[in-house]
Amino acid sequence: MGYEAGQFDVIVIGAGHAGCEAALASARMGCDTLLLTINLDMVAFMPCNPSIGGPAKGHVVREIDALGGEMGRNIDKTFIQMRMLNTGKGPAVHALRAQADKFLYQHTMKQTIEETDNLTLRQGMAEEFIVEDGACVGVITKTGATYRARAVVLTTGTYLRGKVIMGELMYESGPNNQQPSVKLSDSLRGLGLQLVRFKTGTPPRVHKDTIDFGKTEIQPGDENPKFFSYETEFSDNEQLPCWLTYTSEDTHKIINDNLHRAPMFSGAIEGTGPRYCPSIEDKIVRFADKPKHQIFLEPEGKNTSEYYVQGLSTSMPEDVQLSILRSIPGLEKVEMMRTGYAIEYDAVVPTQLWPTLETKAVPGLFTAGQINGTSGYEEAAGQGIMAGINAARKVQGKEAVVIQRSQGYIGVMIDDLVTKGTNDPYRLLTSRAEYRLLLRHDNADMRLTPIGYEIGLISEARHQRFLMKKDLVEQEIERLKTAKVKADEELHALLAEIDSAPVQFTTDALSLLRRPEVSYAHLERLVPSPLALTEEMKEQVEIQVKYAGYIEKQLLQVERLGKMEKKRIPDDIDYADVRGLASEAKQKLSDIRPLSIGQASRIAGVTPADISILLVYLEHYNRVVAARG
Amino acid sequence: MIEDTIAAISTAVGEGGIAVIRVSGQDAVPTAARIFRSKSNLMEVDSHTVHYGHIVDLKTKETVEEVLLTVMRGPRSFTAEDVVEISTHGGFISVKKVLDLILQQEGVRAAEPGEFTKRAFINGRIDLAQAEAVMDLIRSKSDRAFSIALKQVDGKLSRMIKALRGQVIELLAHIEVNIDYPEHDVEEMTSNYIREQCSKVIEQLDGLLKTADEGKILREGITTAIVGRPNVGKSSLLNALAQENKAIVTDIPGTTRDVIEEFVSVGGIPLKLLDTAGIRETEDVVERIGVERSRSALSDADLILFVLNNHEPLHDDERRLMDELSHRPVIVIINKTDLAGQLEIEEIENRFPQESIVRMSVLEEEGMDRLEAAISSLFFSGKLESADLTYVSNARHIALLKQAKQSMMDAIDATYNGIPIDIIQIDVRTAWEQLGEIIGDTAGDSLIDQIFSQFCLGK
Repeated sequence: MGYEAGQFDVIVIGAGHAGCEAALASARMGCDTLLLTINLDMVAFMPCNPSIGGPAKGHVVREIDALGGEMGRNIDKTFIQMRMLNTGKGPAVHALRAQADKFLYQHTMKQTIEETDNLTLRQGMAEEFIVEDGACVGVITKTGATYRARAVVLTTGTYLRGKVIMGELMYESGPNNQQPSVKLSDSLRGLGLQLVRFKTGTPPRVHKDTIDFGKTEIQPGDENPKFFSYETEFSDNEQLPCWLTYTSEDTHKIINDNLHRAPMFSGAIEGTGPRYCPSIEDKIVRFADKPKHQIFLEPEGKNTSEYYVQGLSTSMPEDVQLSILRSIPGLEKVEMMRTGYAIEYDAVVPTQLWPTLETKAVPGLFTAGQINGTSGYEEAAGQGIMAGINAARKVQGKEAVVIQRSQGYIGVMIDDLVTKGTNDPYRLLTSRAEYRLLLRHDNADMRLTPIGYEIGLISEARHQRFLMKKDLVEQEIERLKTAKVKADEELHALLAEIDSAPVQFTTDALSLLRRPEVSYAHLERLVPSPLALTEEMKEQVEIQVKYAGYIEKQLLQVERLGKMEKKRIPDDIDYADVRGLASEAKQKLSDIRPLSIGQASRIAGVTPADISILLVYLEHYNRVVAARG
Repeated sequence: MIEDTIAAISTAVGEGGIAVIRVSGQDAVPTAARIFRSKSNLMEVDSHTVHYGHIVDLKTKETVEEVLLTVMRGPRSFTAEDVVEISTHGGFISVKKVLDLILQQEGVRAAEPGEFTKRAFINGRIDLAQAEAVMDLIRSKSDRAFSIALKQVDGKLSRMIKALRGQVIELLAHIEVNIDYPEHDVEEMTSNYIREQCSKVIEQLDGLLKTADEGKILREGITTAIVGRPNVGKSSLLNALAQENKAIVTDIPGTTRDVIEEFVSVGGIPLKLLDTAGIRETEDVVERIGVERSRSALSDADLILFVLNNHEPLHDDERRLMDELSHRPVIVIINKTDLAGQLEIEEIENRFPQESIVRMSVLEEEGMDRLEAAISSLFFSGKLESADLTYVSNARHIALLKQAKQSMMDAIDATYNGIPIDIIQIDVRTAWEQLGEIIGDTAGDSLIDQIFSQFCLGK
């Protein structure tokens, strides 16, 4: 019953957050792209929380946007609440978080995909890879359709041999009762890839009309919302609040009384769950001394009554879930619409990937998103766009694009995954970045838009706008260096007003701005700029001036370590041959096959002495190769 | 290409009268110039020239050492980088002090094992054929450095550093949770709290640094106590070994009241000699303090040189000491063999093995070779090397402790300057990494582990 269904440049399997970005990037870069999904109604579906962003995650959304991806634009069109978090802290960790209208989010993304040139969206379950000469050149679907391509991006999310667990109940399923993908898992193993079993979970959803909001605290959105995309200038989206309540003593008692029915503790769950997102039963057991836990009630959209109960992820039996819900202030009479569940799935051990996200074992096969051991929509999308870019670059015979750790959270995440691997579903945290001050929320465009433009994902017009912004910011900083501020009454009054130490002599504007309590807005009152600066540009000026000392320090570190990143390791190196390497280092280096000395030095178990030896060996190797001509 | 500047003592410690400290890297010359007082301005001198001058401690303005300093600018140097070699002629302590002054400067760190050679190779100074030898050298040197480092930091220091790091990482995790989970109901991080925690750590670092200054946490050479009754010739022995008149020697019993330290090399083994006030029962209060110190020096010693006077019969004090010392590594020295023998030799021979009894006359300079042989056979015997790296690591530890303290003080300063916590975090994290370097643990993942084990986070 098999038939030839078409020839493409790139095939993307799975249309979740990773798959959508991969397919859009590939198509926009000019590759004829097929996006295959088990169910067309599930494109860009949010199976867990209806929210995007937060620290590190929000940074990634901005990075995706700076590279020319879709997630930022899409959430800007479909948010029902926008908040800037961490505003009391430094600029590096300010982070946007949005509540999405999850239905609108999906439909908007699906429409964008449908309207994109070079992109074919089709329903179908991929079951088998076509491999020729060791390279992946296509897939065969359940219906017998054979699609051929020069690169395949696999983004299976939690569908791969998915298993839903709810108390004593267990069944094969993808998220939200979708069909799981079973055969593809065998096909991957057949290709020599090592898989692991991971687990995640989601809380129950409840009906809005059965919530007593009077017993909860309101959490409104920002009055003047900012946006994820550098292209979004305005939005008239109506915002909806979230609501905060807490678990009660009763909640904890119910959970403790029913622990014997919890799959987490009965041994029914074999997969490793994420540490950062434990189920409520896990939290109550591990943090027994904590008397109550926060619960946020979040609307899932404008045209639905479903509320997401954040903080209550659980795989308890359905009847216990209802009792737990009703023990929470404000939810005494709540109606549960969907039951929470845990889901187990197969993931690929990510150290089997190159930093391009191509598998080492099967050239032409890329993986991105949860299949690589991560968790979260943003993490998935960040990998998706990179896998899409690199699949397209490979097909076009162009050099791969790898984001460095000093360039973006996307780079931090991918480097962590392919170099160190992960023992539990990986979540990005700002603390994973060594250059946090450089990887700011505000400067993602400065860091990555030049790359997005170079690879063809950023339009000429947008690039021009970007260059203008960069130029004006630089001009303004130069101006401030020489702009004199007289120590007159006006300045004295201003400094007194903001509780800043008085100035005796004429000073330059830049020195004033370096004071923690002086803002750019203050400066504007004294020495207004002749340049037409947007709020965004003024923010850049302020941050770059205020934190210049710290930023320069980190830049110096980047420059130092950058030399190690630039020292390439040839791929034909045989580590068994390298005299003096410790045997653990030989093993690890042979497995990971790092591309640079920098990457090698981050592998667990490779010591500085091993790196020294490797450097000497490489020097030897290069001289021998050079001598041979 | 490799831009940081490295420094180490490049001569074996404890041997020879001269010790050379080598500094290599782009900042080698300015680093040396900063602490060098001389007629010549190092920054401007020609390459391959030698300069006479003094090393000074910028903080105390004290002159530390008289030195000869050689400047070799790259690429015509061993490493092909700018190299400064400082020849010092003083004892162990002044060499250590000079290296300390270098390592305390920004951008300079202690050289890794074999690193000078590695740089020489990478910069093309060493022949291709030697590549494998260089790799072997790095391996063996770092394995040895590692085992020495393990020995050094094992035990008390290691436990203290770990406990300190535990406090720092708890603070770090707390800051990180505030940043990464702004909406979670964890305690808000305040400037006061950060100051409190940092001050606690600084206090403990100060305690460690104080003991470091006294040379207690770090062991340079084999601690050797010279014990015996007054006037049996202990100070003379010390002087003979050190060939310097550091201890005051008189004929009046009880003139050596303090524990005096001297570093010497005996047959290639570095010894830290502790001369001790005469051990005897005494009524003199001042002297008694000295005697008590001697007893504690005795219990800290790795090797004990027990001196007896050939010219006098055994004293009760000496019999008591013999009991105390019978299970310790001890060499019994029967001194003053130039005088008539009144000592009960047989009694001693019954208590100690033959090879650890040495007959000599310090005054006549007779029998020193036998003493060296006895020390060698007891300790050297191939098992114990003159561990030149021990010393470097120690200077490194002190430098790192001081740096960690500075980082913590920077963090406190930052809280007063209205700096946001994610930037204060940089200083705290630096302190944590610096402490980790002492015990060879800088793994980044443990912070993530700490966050998730310390706080209840979820969605």
